Amino acid sequence: MGKTLAEKIIAAHSDQAEVSAGDLVTVDVTVVMANDITAPIAIESFNAVGVGEVYNPDNIMLVPSHFAPNKDIKSAEQTRTLATFAEAQALTHRFQVGRAGIEHVVLPERGLVLPGDLVIGGDSHTCTYGAVGAFATGMGSTDVAVGMATGKTWLRVPETMKFVYNGKRQPWVYGKDMILRTIGEITVDGALYRSMEFTGEGIADLPMSDRLTMTNMVIEAGGKCGFMPFDEVAQAYVDARATRPYTPYFADDDAEYCSVHEFDLSTMEPQVACPYSPDNVHPISQIKPEKVDQVFIGSCTNGRFEDLAIVADILQRTGREFHPDVRVMIIPGSQAVYLDALRQGWIELFTLAGGAVSVSTCGPCLGGHMGVLAGDEVCVSTSNRNFRGRMGHRDARVFLANPAIAAASAIMGRLAHPDEL
Amino acid sequence: MKLEGKVWKYGDNIDTDVIIPARYLVTTDPKVLAAHCMEDLDESFAQNVQPGDIMVGGANFGCGSSREHAPISIKGAGVSCIVAESFARIFFRNAINIGLPILESAEAARDAQPGDSLSVDLTAGTITNARTGKTYQARPFPPFVLQIIEAGGLVPYTRHTLGIEI
Ligand code: SF4
Repeated sequence: MGKTLAEKIIAAHSDQAEVSAGDLVTVDVTVVMANDITAPIAIESFNAVGVGEVYNPDNIMLVPSHFAPNKDIKSAEQTRTLATFAEAQALTHRFQVGRAGIEHVVLPERGLVLPGDLVIGGDSHTCTYGAVGAFATGMGSTDVAVGMATGKTWLRVPETMKFVYNGKRQPWVYGKDMILRTIGEITVDGALYRSMEFTGEGIADLPMSDRLTMTNMVIEAGGKCGFMPFDEVAQAYVDARATRPYTPYFADDDAEYCSVHEFDLSTMEPQVACPYSPDNVHPISQIKPEKVDQVFIGSCTNGRFEDLAIVADILQRTGREFHPDVRVMIIPGSQAVYLDALRQGWIELFTLAGGAVSVSTCGPCLGGHMGVLAGDEVCVSTSNRNFRGRMGHRDARVFLANPAIAAASAIMGRLAHPDEL
Repeated sequence: MKLEGKVWKYGDNIDTDVIIPARYLVTTDPKVLAAHCMEDLDESFAQNVQPGDIMVGGANFGCGSSREHAPISIKGAGVSCIVAESFARIFFRNAINIGLPILESAEAARDAQPGDSLSVDLTAGTITNARTGKTYQARPFPPFVLQIIEAGGLVPYTRHTLGIEI
């Protein structure tokens, strides 16, 4: 019987020749990641384990992203904990405000996570790195601590669901719409404990930024990890960045899948997840065009160069400005994205249109800072979660959408399709 | 090990943002986190929860972010164990890792009503509801996970396997 990507990569990091779904195995980890929220607890637990030194200073990445730049004294203490630990343990890779950004944008962009890697991260969206062919999964701080101390973790080999996208994407439809539709179909626990493999002509056609958007939201279906195929598009992206040798893996044709789900892109329109769940997904044409108070363009889901390019293109083509009543937060996912946008003239373009552009941070995505919502406010966001209270007040309502819908809504002052401009 | 407590019942897909909103993630202090546990969904919980009480949830309990602050806040509030139809993957690990007992039983979770009194036998994996008189068998843990639970969490377990004296 053939093997899935999860089975192959986990086996390669274990001391067994092969593993199958359901097996519990101990594996070597390639990269351990944590952020300013999860690392402080991980560092405490690491100290409690008592090994003294980290297993490998090259493979630990502590990224201040959520409340950085520090929003208050407490968060300042937290980010300082990361920096102090990184220095004391002589970690090879350092991530400082102004030079980094959101971990899930920064790590792939710098070639620090690669095909065939096994990555554990103290952040649920660690699954993002499946777009470059890594087995990557989110864990909590204690698992991260033990990963830092021993270079190992335990895993249950997941069953795999296969998702096939047929046909050609319609205008204004992106990876975001494909993954939202998928979560809408299988629901927020539809992939619980499972791996999600994405394939089909609709994936072959997809740029890396959209692939990263899709694997990013695997966790919103409860998934453990997700994978994009390692094809020419992926190889070009990886080869331009890889910091070390890597091993790509390919799923066998006769691999065992617990289910197969097919989608027809020729009839798919832009999708929106309505409050208060990422699986409350409807085509944009079927949603009441509600007035919006805030639009957030950014996050580890849609804060990449290509996402900002969509917004810039809409502004340039229509010559329009953002609606005067709407707060439009545009936050590049990394400082590299910020710099690229700056060089394109987009920072000026966004600012002249009335947008508020900031240094890279998770900020409003988790109701942290830089755009927290008041009660009853409505926000269109390119991020990945719209749970109650996620972006601020418990009564605020968040609609998740792609960057084109977000830009059109920011211009119209209400939920809008770009064709309306 | 036997636990007994009053039921706090919640629905499906209880996410970590409602268990402990991000605005409180600037601390790792269990007491501070416990004071805000569940507040966006049920303000009465943190005020009225008694040591030993049992939280009951539906499917996919603890979905969302990887914040260990979520099980820490529940444990910090005095909850002795969680019974749910199913747990989100990261929450499952986090709870085991910090030594907060969790049990998966769809039937026990569905039958339980707010205020019911449950007794839980962790060794046998059984849950008994005093009101209905019914006893339910929870899904057993894999032996490896049991070892972590028996050690009192992943940190003591790792110290043990590395041969570091406790
Ligand atoms: S951008 Fe949002 S979802 Fe992504 S890591 Fe930051 S807080 Fe989490």
